[in-house]
Amino acid sequence: MGYQQHFRVWRGDAEGGELVDFDAEVNEGEVVLDVIHRLQATQAPDLAVRWNCKAGKCGSCSAEVNGRARLLCMTRMSTLDPNETVVVTPMKTFPVIRDLVCDVSYNYVKAREVPAFVPPKGVQPGDYRMQQVDVERSQEFRKCIECFLCQDVCHVIRDHDENKESFSGPRFLMRVAELDMHPLDAAAEQGIDRKQDVQDDHGLGMCNITKCCTEVCPEHIKITDNALIPMKERVADRRYDPFFPITKLFRRQR
Amino acid sequence: MTEIERHSYDVVVIGAGGAGLRAAIEARELGKRTAIISKSLFGKAHTVMAEGGIAASMGNVNSRDNWQVHFRDTMRGGKFLNNWRMAELHAEEAPQRVWELETYGALFDRTEEGKISQRNFGGHEYPRLAHVGDRTGLELIRTLQQKIVSLQQEDFAQHGDYEANLKVFAECTVTEILEDGDRVAGAFGYWRETGRFVLFEAPTVVLATGGIGKSFKVTSNSWEYTGDGHALALRAGASLINMEFVQFHPTGMVWPISVKGILVTESVRGDGGVLRNSEGKRFMFDYVPEVFKAHYADSEDEADRWYEDPDNNRRPPELLPRDEVARAINSEVKAGRGSPHGGVFLDVSSRMPAEVIIKRLPSMHHQFKELADVDITAEPMEVGPTCHYMMGGVQVDPDTAAASVPGLFAAGEVAGGMHGSNRLGGNSLSDLLVFGRRAGAGAASYVDSLGRRPAVDESDVTAAGAMAVNSFGDGAGGATDNPYTVQQELQQTMNDLVGIIRKADEMELALKKLDELRRRADRVVVEGHRQFNPGWHLALDLRSMLVVCECVTKAALERTESRGGHTRDDFPAMDPNWRHTLLVCTAGSDGVDVAAEGQPPMRGDLVELFERSELEKYYTDVELPEESP
Repeated sequence: MGYQQHFRVWRGDAEGGELVDFDAEVNEGEVVLDVIHRLQATQAPDLAVRWNCKAGKCGSCSAEVNGRARLLCMTRMSTLDPNETVVVTPMKTFPVIRDLVCDVSYNYVKAREVPAFVPPKGVQPGDYRMQQVDVERSQEFRKCIECFLCQDVCHVIRDHDENKESFSGPRFLMRVAELDMHPLDAAAEQGIDRKQDVQDDHGLGMCNITKCCTEVCPEHIKITDNALIPMKERVADRRYDPFFPITKLFRRQR
Repeated sequence: MTEIERHSYDVVVIGAGGAGLRAAIEARELGKRTAIISKSLFGKAHTVMAEGGIAASMGNVNSRDNWQVHFRDTMRGGKFLNNWRMAELHAEEAPQRVWELETYGALFDRTEEGKISQRNFGGHEYPRLAHVGDRTGLELIRTLQQKIVSLQQEDFAQHGDYEANLKVFAECTVTEILEDGDRVAGAFGYWRETGRFVLFEAPTVVLATGGIGKSFKVTSNSWEYTGDGHALALRAGASLINMEFVQFHPTGMVWPISVKGILVTESVRGDGGVLRNSEGKRFMFDYVPEVFKAHYADSEDEADRWYEDPDNNRRPPELLPRDEVARAINSEVKAGRGSPHGGVFLDVSSRMPAEVIIKRLPSMHHQFKELADVDITAEPMEVGPTCHYMMGGVQVDPDTAAASVPGLFAAGEVAGGMHGSNRLGGNSLSDLLVFGRRAGAGAASYVDSLGRRPAVDESDVTAAGAMAVNSFGDGAGGATDNPYTVQQELQQTMNDLVGIIRKADEMELALKKLDELRRRADRVVVEGHRQFNPGWHLALDLRSMLVVCECVTKAALERTESRGGHTRDDFPAMDPNWRHTLLVCTAGSDGVDVAAEGQPPMRGDLVELFERSELEKYYTDVELPEESP
């Protein structure tokens, strides 16, 4: 029931590299990561790839298959034409360390720049009360497995390395939205203005809503519609407060 | 050895899952400079895969619940072999630990009143599991990760350096604990990315490395679960207990082959899913053991009524503890009543509407659709047992999580005792938080009590370095294997010979095979260089896996009874004389030594929580309390 398929896997490091040809066996039900593991076990024992759970839950095995950003563990071989070559390359937006492994430290730097949840003063542990309907908005964003595929496909940084300084990428713009929509976040009382921050410190304004992040998300989070656009609206409400009715009008027309 | 990277910390936590992160938070909040070392990226630890929930008797859904009931359920689930003090602390402190997560920003599913919602699970008398759909582990890891970041932000505000007091060393593997005499002095490891060595000088090490599942072929565990902490503890002179108890989760995926073993959450059954064999029969009614008959329904009608009216009906037998359900599935398949791919059927499609399934079990719906082309809202799943959890681990002091080696602590799956012979679902996440916190506090107080700080011996550093690169040899020792082959054979051996049902002759064979594999592992030759080389990483992990498998097999051979996660075909009954006996593994001159040790008897007020008639099923006559007049 197995068959042979041709693969080209990028091998190299920060100095450079190339696509290397492999022929590999493929069995029913397998995913691309299974084939990468078979290459390690039989042909290229030092082929570097990140992975952990192999069940689409940890977001470690992000790479590009035939130029499309994917989780290797959730890309079934049956979705690829057995007669076509499968090209596996590391994520383009991040610097390569080795083979399919990238330096994703950019994401951890950005994560640290988002002010943390501020617990409400005077509410004791055990006394938090929130309605399901109110937590659901942020819960959607907390489904994020931090695979960073949305960061990988976002044009703002994919094609412009220089934007990384001022732009945190959809993952962390969404993180600010998540906190801003948390029913009990008390950031404002500590003088933290999440709406101001998302615009000034995280570059929300650079996002031009192409929805690439939403399309690539393996958790099917509606990043653009539910996080980024509402945040843009909240920022607009805040910034143009004197013209509040006008922005409302715009929103209705959309 | 002169240019090795060096760091100095008060507390070094190995492992960045739930236990490790909670330990680090505690140590840092107690003012200790703390390092977290993780084999993976930050936030990817195995905790992320926990699905169903965190067990804590908050009583939000059924107000009759309290810590005593939780304690009782935990002891029953572990067949009374649990360290009762750990089970007591766990049941008492779990609610506080869950509520505390909300102050870190966690967002659990809610009840109508706005409290944390709680769901039913196997072996738990009341709805007890705080959850977020079926991705609770992700919520836990992310919440703790974000709490770490928040502490780093505080340090940045104060010192201008995020990592002043708390630093995560991601993609870094520890290969040796270093000692000064018999005390912990530090840890030696390497950066996975560059292959360069790194030395941590620290008076305390908290092991939070998780389990050993990757030694088995069919497992729900990630690659990291190679028993590193178990092996590090043994080599440092600590003892391991309960290593014969390995939990096979009853419901793992069985098809396609490439996903065999991936977990299907117990919430499927907690929320109403039922198990059927190829004849369409709900077979679990035939497998309710004597000790549990009083608590489980004997008809489908009663079982189905329980979901709506749990006070007047007994629970469905699908919600028996995991060891019972796994053995039942195994028996059905062996009797020829299995599903086409060697499992049984788990069905929710006929039990609740599609939209409810998608709402309550979103990851399961997603997982089966994406990986197996199965729509669980329309057809049953095929499931079978998968190696899931290690009950055994480092023998620790319940209150401080201290191992017998001064300065060494252990929490979470790598620690032994808490779950006895079988862990209840949902008790793992709560265990991580309760004992993670206690380990962090234990380590901090040990640091405070120190006079002279222990010093690392340079010759130990040299030796650890030489050991780590051993496999880059030229293969002069003769025939050479690659590490992948040795690992595959190890996994097959453990699966076939020390798996869910065990026999003396098979385990003796396994020991011979392990001996051969160890000799081959010593001679594996790794290709390439040290930069992010997975072959090399595996060669080092193999060393841990082999010693842990030796513990499992030797202890399993020794225990001539069946209890919880240890089932002997040749000794099928539970033997009260074994209930209070622990098997303790230590590193001997020639492999692992196993010795029997008595477990201290349970405190009187805790004994009183049980009916005498129940204790009679587990205890020897002399152990039973006086009969009340």
